[in-house]
Amino acid sequence: MAENNNKNSITNIKIEVKELNFYYGQVNALKNINLSFIAKHVTAIIGPSGCGKSTFLRTLNRMHELYPDQRIEGKAILDGKDIFEMDAMELRSKIGMVFQRPNPFSKSIFENVAFGPRIRGERNSNKLSEIVESSLIKAGLWDEVKEKLKASAYELSGGQQQRLCIARALAVNPEVLLFDEPTSALDPIATAKIEELIVELKKIVTIIIVTHNMQQAARISDNTVFMMLGEIIESGSTDKIFTAPNEKLTEDYITGRFG
Amino acid sequence: MSLFDEDLRKLKSKILEMGGLVETAIRDSVRALVDRNDNLAYEVIKKDHIINRIDVEIDEDAIKLIARMQPKGIDLRFITTAMKITSDLERMGDICVNIAERSLEINREPILKPYIDIPRMRELAQGMTRDALDAFMNKDQKLATDVIMRDDEVDDLKYGIVEELLSIMMLDPTKVSRGMKITFVAQSLERIADHATNIAEFAIYLVVGKIIRHTTYTSDKV
Amino acid sequence: MANKILYQLVKRPGDSTMVLLTFIATLIIMAILTVILTTIGIFGAPHVSLDFLIKAPEEGMTEGGIYPAIIGTTLLVITMSIMGLPVGLITAVFLHEYAGEKSKLANIVRFAVNNLAGVPAIVYGIFGLSFFVFFLGTQIDSLFYGGNLKWGKPALIWASCTMALLTLPVVIVSVEEALRTVTRDEREAAYALGATHWEVVHRVVIPKALGGILTGGILAVSRGAGEVAPVLFTGAAYFLPELPRSFSDQFMEMGYHIFVMSTQSHDIDATKPIQFATTLVLLLLTFSLNFVAVLMRRRIRITRR
Repeated sequence: MAENNNKNSITNIKIEVKELNFYYGQVNALKNINLSFIAKHVTAIIGPSGCGKSTFLRTLNRMHELYPDQRIEGKAILDGKDIFEMDAMELRSKIGMVFQRPNPFSKSIFENVAFGPRIRGERNSNKLSEIVESSLIKAGLWDEVKEKLKASAYELSGGQQQRLCIARALAVNPEVLLFDEPTSALDPIATAKIEELIVELKKIVTIIIVTHNMQQAARISDNTVFMMLGEIIESGSTDKIFTAPNEKLTEDYITGRFG
Repeated sequence: MSLFDEDLRKLKSKILEMGGLVETAIRDSVRALVDRNDNLAYEVIKKDHIINRIDVEIDEDAIKLIARMQPKGIDLRFITTAMKITSDLERMGDICVNIAERSLEINREPILKPYIDIPRMRELAQGMTRDALDAFMNKDQKLATDVIMRDDEVDDLKYGIVEELLSIMMLDPTKVSRGMKITFVAQSLERIADHATNIAEFAIYLVVGKIIRHTTYTSDKV
Repeated sequence: MANKILYQLVKRPGDSTMVLLTFIATLIIMAILTVILTTIGIFGAPHVSLDFLIKAPEEGMTEGGIYPAIIGTTLLVITMSIMGLPVGLITAVFLHEYAGEKSKLANIVRFAVNNLAGVPAIVYGIFGLSFFVFFLGTQIDSLFYGGNLKWGKPALIWASCTMALLTLPVVIVSVEEALRTVTRDEREAAYALGATHWEVVHRVVIPKALGGILTGGILAVSRGAGEVAPVLFTGAAYFLPELPRSFSDQFMEMGYHIFVMSTQSHDIDATKPIQFATTLVLLLLTFSLNFVAVLMRRRIRITRR
């Protein structure tokens, strides 16, 4: 069970979401979301399928902007700036994302991790090697791939590919990492490895993870948010949510009484 | 029968139902191409949302089961692994939609040549899917290993098809469009077989508790 | 073996009749192929020597070698590829990445590509003659060369352009199919890392398309080495013992050479040995090109997996 430390110390809010609404065409899929995410904590977002947790996550790095019929209203403040007003590249340097299915580029392991730094203008090959190595170490993959950095990313197993994607995201030194159901397609052993990794990573980045696996949320997160039908039902420390939630709906979901 | 056994039985039957739907999708999407049947292609595309829906249902039922019944040991392993293989099944359904979409395009033009190897690939891929699921349900390690071995045969068929199509395309430029699309269909069938192999590997995991990797893992890219 | 066949004939007459018929058909085709290849081999091989390959033709095509034709064909194929492949790539990228579903321009281009694939090669040749040689060439001459005849005649550059045009549809289709294999997941990953649309296109999408370019290139080159009609009026010449010195020169070409020797040379019988020999060389060249292509694909296969 994740540590629930410093309950009484000053908690630093990394992202504050205010009155966020998301529209898919005419449909209001996310309604009046107000949330705070604490720095260097793991916050899990749980809820039944279709509750909007992935949709919400994707607004935070503005992936919704890739699709013309999706739009948002509201604000999300990151270190004093509104995410939705910032320059997109600057935003994505601060907030990275790991997706549900591992999606490495059809390139070598090295080039996958080097992609972010390269598009930011880094050309010095020594510097790139340094960044690649340190990112792979942080992602817990270095030992397994250090002999074959030029090999294609597709030669790695699913779990390794996902860790490669994590290394790739870390290579641009984000302050926040968004994980969208990162282990749902992986075998149980790879899942365990990634969960371990997330608990380690929170020392250096703020983590927000969407998961449909309640055990996972209970295992690795400090705070939990429970969503349903596009709304926040309850949010608080993981301990509290899983042992003594305020809302009946939350309790029903946690105990599996849904349906 | 205990409450847990009843729920487990329901979960298993849903997984088998999903497997059956995916097998049908494999069969029908290729048949849409070979028989030049556009309606069948549209059906595959339409029915994919049912496969996605059952995937979500299985995941939710599994989670509820774990939350309520707190299963241990082999039962827990079965349920958590079941959520993984449904992920592969769902992907297979998506690939079948891709095949159906290409069929619609290919069949707007006259037939390139009689399809011989594509149906063979389809038969193999379908059989691997069925057997991999059976192996998973029955914890049949031997069957699972057999499925994994068949993957090489599928790969060989694909390479043969690609070479053959290249020769055809070289001789006649009007055949390039169809040739390239049929190549994509062959590659899709190969990816389906890879997913079936994943399911077989999970079946072995269930039995021996370790992950066995037969060939290098392939993601859903070509 | 015979017993097996007889057994099949008796037990399943319908099926096995088909098997028998297709077997016989295959035998016939193999036989014809063998006759053709053997004839070319027997009559051509004696004449193929090192001299043949590195010397220029002499004595009105009855002696000497076909070196200029080999070089000419090679230059043609290379120039054609340099011009055609990038244009094909850019067009395919435009169609796939930037043009929407409803874009009129994209639909016109697609329509053109689909239909141009079926146009006979000779039509390309005539188009090449009238557009490149007579129109473009003479325009360039009057604008830059004060009306002197430099570009307004059959030339290597125009033959290459015509060939490039011929193979363009094939390249576009191959590349577009390859572009389609880039998944939404991969694109989203690139955007999530901060890439702009153009960066996604040239760093993620186009590298994926290289497979399609290779395929398109293979298809284009095999046609380029084989088709004669497009170069008939646009650049090929019959007797040029010296190699082309610039893109405005004409060149010898193997396919064209065989054609002229066998129909228009002043002593067709005397040139027969050279006809066979040239055919043999052309065939060997084509076979080895295909072989190299197979090897390349095999290599890519191994690195991919």
